[in-house]
Amino acid sequence: MRTNNTIAAIATSLSPAGIGIIRISGEEATEIADRVFRGSRSLKEADTHTVNYGFVYDGDEAVDQVLVMIMKAPRSYTGEDTVEIQCHGGMLVLKRILSLVIDAGANPAEPGEFTKRAFLNGKMDLSQAEAVADIIDAENQNSLKVGMRQLKGKLSDEISEIRKILLNEIAFIEAALDDPEHYSLEGYGEELDRKVSAVYSRIDRLIRNADTGIIIKSGIDTVILGRPNSGKSSVLNLLAGTDRAIVTDIEGTTRDTLTENISLAGIRLNVTDTAGLRNSIDIVEKIGIEKAKKAARDADLILCVLDGAEELREEDKEVLDFIDGMNAVILINKQDLSSWKPCQDERIFRHPFIGFSAKTGQGRAELETIVKDMFFKGEINLNDEIYITSIRHLQALKAVLASLKLVHEGIENGQTEDLLSVDLQDAYESLGTITGETVGEDIINEIFSKFCMGK
Amino acid sequence: MTKIQENYDVVVVGAGHAGCEAALACARLGMETIVFTVSVDSIALMPCNPNIGGTSKGHLVRELDALGGEMGKNIDKTFIQSKMLNKSKGPAVHSLRAQADKQEYSREMRKTMEKQNHLVIKQSEVSEIIVEDGHCRGVKTVSGAAYFAKAVILATGVYLNSRCLFGEVIEPTGPNGLKNATHLTKSLLNNGITIYRFKTGTPARVDGDTIDRSRMEEQFGDVPVVPFSFETDPASVQKEQVSCWLTYTGEEIHNIIRENIHRSPLYAGVIEGVGPRYCPSIEDKVMKFPDKERHQIFVEPEGLYTHEVYLSGFSSSLPEDVQHAMIHKLPGFENCKIVRNAYAIEYDCIDARQLNLSLEFKNIPGLYGAGQINGSSGYEEAAVQGFMAGVNASMKILGREPYVLDRSQAYIGVLIDDLVTKESHEPYRMMTSRAEYRLLLRQDNADLRLCEIGHEIGLVSDERFEKVKCKQKAIELEVERLDSVHVGDSERINRFLREHGSSELNTGATLSDLIRRPELDYFMLTDIDPNRPELSEDIQEQVNIEIKYKGYIERQMLQVKQFKKLEIKKIPEDIDYDQVGSLRLEARQKLKEVRPENIGQAARISGVSPADVSMLLVYLKK
Repeated sequence: MRTNNTIAAIATSLSPAGIGIIRISGEEATEIADRVFRGSRSLKEADTHTVNYGFVYDGDEAVDQVLVMIMKAPRSYTGEDTVEIQCHGGMLVLKRILSLVIDAGANPAEPGEFTKRAFLNGKMDLSQAEAVADIIDAENQNSLKVGMRQLKGKLSDEISEIRKILLNEIAFIEAALDDPEHYSLEGYGEELDRKVSAVYSRIDRLIRNADTGIIIKSGIDTVILGRPNSGKSSVLNLLAGTDRAIVTDIEGTTRDTLTENISLAGIRLNVTDTAGLRNSIDIVEKIGIEKAKKAARDADLILCVLDGAEELREEDKEVLDFIDGMNAVILINKQDLSSWKPCQDERIFRHPFIGFSAKTGQGRAELETIVKDMFFKGEINLNDEIYITSIRHLQALKAVLASLKLVHEGIENGQTEDLLSVDLQDAYESLGTITGETVGEDIINEIFSKFCMGK
Repeated sequence: MTKIQENYDVVVVGAGHAGCEAALACARLGMETIVFTVSVDSIALMPCNPNIGGTSKGHLVRELDALGGEMGKNIDKTFIQSKMLNKSKGPAVHSLRAQADKQEYSREMRKTMEKQNHLVIKQSEVSEIIVEDGHCRGVKTVSGAAYFAKAVILATGVYLNSRCLFGEVIEPTGPNGLKNATHLTKSLLNNGITIYRFKTGTPARVDGDTIDRSRMEEQFGDVPVVPFSFETDPASVQKEQVSCWLTYTGEEIHNIIRENIHRSPLYAGVIEGVGPRYCPSIEDKVMKFPDKERHQIFVEPEGLYTHEVYLSGFSSSLPEDVQHAMIHKLPGFENCKIVRNAYAIEYDCIDARQLNLSLEFKNIPGLYGAGQINGSSGYEEAAVQGFMAGVNASMKILGREPYVLDRSQAYIGVLIDDLVTKESHEPYRMMTSRAEYRLLLRQDNADLRLCEIGHEIGLVSDERFEKVKCKQKAIELEVERLDSVHVGDSERINRFLREHGSSELNTGATLSDLIRRPELDYFMLTDIDPNRPELSEDIQEQVNIEIKYKGYIERQMLQVKQFKKLEIKKIPEDIDYDQVGSLRLEARQKLKEVRPENIGQAARISGVSPADVSMLLVYLKK
């Protein structure tokens, strides 16, 4: 007897919506759904890919009027028998139906479990499954778009295509080793070199896009710096659109670092507000300042906030010295005040600077443009390019590149084909780790930890 | 009526290349062994090609020798030409091949068998296996005699229900008109063993006095000859060699084939068995490569005792008249006399997925399969299986663990893993491309790889193992020395480099750095390496390879490390695949059939996808 492996969960978002869906997947999906559903016919009798009208009952009580979709294996998202109950979207109704389904024999699904099953049933490859996790995770439009493209298989298509090219070459070499009479390696080195270098360029392009991809997905680590009371927390609140940080007129209010994920023109910024930089004798504040400096050193972007309504203080100059050579944008804040005037200091001109007002939002559009230019050379072309968004993929691609380089060197050094195939094989296997076609426990562990955490 | 009843430790059924190695291994391990053959005169018969070794097969012979097998020694005694193939390619694909004097080969092996203690040779047809309580307990012969044993090794070759075909003619015999074995299959079927029907073929033999060798290219043997066995003294094999000859087919022959292809039993659908893709008949080659204007035909002597020559590459199952017409169109064969026609042979073999990696039947403990009955083709493939089956049958009787070589240890490991894991419907031939880690599995280092295992098994003497250890040590020391000896940019060094077309040094380099340059090697550096110790040729060769291909060898070792990760993940014998959720139906079925011993093996089963393997890993983790 097989243990019941049927799982169920609410498949739509938990916010109030017009319609909600409960998804049941597994061998007993139909049977379980039948236990809570009453319609003109039982779901067991229904054909696959049909919509069935009826009611969900709790004993004798009708809970909701529903439409039930039946998708028999393997033509479903998970590749298993799947039933989706479309009900009215109230949170209470959804939860009640789910608990009825669980009482009827389903197990509550682990986070990401539908996707995990889809992957394991061969409905999607690894990179697609990872994309689902990315999509669930997506906190801004661009990262959603990239995730969707990956889910559609754009990345796997590219990887599979490249793998196929390599496999052809490997196969040819192998054939020539075993049947030299019919497969000649005469002049093959040059041909292989041409093919390898074409593949090299394609991988290289993916890698070059990875910076962008990873930034799109994980965001730009941004630190707001400035002397106390220059308005750093107000800037954060403006960008975040909420009162995230406590803002007072008292210098040194922010003593620890705060991080907020915000979306700036669709780009994700992980903004850290910091304690103002000054010479403090307060131990707690001192620790905060050290932390701020450390965060700044690790950051991709620094937003340096100056109080434009005042003359530059010594502390401001120290901040400007500190950020010298870093990737920074200077916000000359409080432009809404009449006393605001642009500061004249050579150190400011080393960076892009903007007249800014955290109060009115003045300068925000300019900041968006500058950040886009800085990180995406102006354009994020989400329609044609494939963006690598995962460090794991990036590492695999780098390994591929290294192997291809060895193939090229081998050809230059006149190594025989049976040796070249060692590195071709490595490149081929590394590519397979991206799509999951290369079996490896490490990959499995990584992916599964991803699916089982959070969400 | 009293029937003969005898008791042994091991019964070996068949005395071909698998049977001989199996019987010798068992007897040498102290097992009382009896080996059955349908004809004592056909012990270690070579009914097909007159050579031992060749691409990847040469590896098998050397590995077998390193473990303590006989084939390498036997061919060293009986070869008439020897050649290291693929010398223009990398060291991984160098392969030794020797032309044998067929009768000498057979006779020498018979002598070795006869001299062996604990070994009885018996001419009789085995008709039944005796199975009691699920265990194999012995065999019965056609006369009703019973031979009880703790283990039985089936090495029946191509003799089970075999029939030979050429064109429309079908004869119910084994190879070369020998008697076939017509009873045993039924007994195997009765014991639940799945039987397949395979086919293979052999080309015609021609009277060498009737061909014109001036129209062919002469193929000489190597001087000096490298022996197969690591134990053979190289000096003892430097002898006069005979030549082989190369000729080519042409359009005329191809046209004859195309016009008569409907008369080939394979194409006409008469043969049920599936032929090997990799040892194709001439008609297969012509049909598969229609653009190819000519195909090579090697003309090889069958031995010193005869004028007969073997037409390698010309195997065919076309009717006699078509063969006749074809052969006479070969350059140099216009007036030849055909001694034996080419023929195809069909025979019963087992689905080898019924075997463990130790070659024991999963469902019938005590019963082992080896050689062509397991669906392989070739003398060398048979021999190594016979040896491993013999060793493992003995280990079982001795209460020791079986020996299983994995794919990173030996071609033997690749061969057996493929046979018992992958479904095959054609004879399996060893090929270089099947070995993933071939740069490590070279023929030149087989002793370094495997002598230790052979010693542990008990078939490699202490003395021999000591020698191998010394060799290993000497290699290590010499590599270390070359890694540490620096040469400067002196004029003497640079002149040497210039002379050898190598770029001059600007800074210092080690001797190893220089050896790694494509245009240089260890042997060339003698002039600038005054402190070089006196080392034997085989040690020098190892040093050169290890240094020259260091990067590749290291990368391949990393690949092996990855591979081992999955190999060491054992799958419990009692696993219930129905309990593993989300396996695809096909995968579930295949896994149940093969019952792989570890995850790596599971991943190699066709029909089991990476996702299935993931599922299995997750299940085993729970």
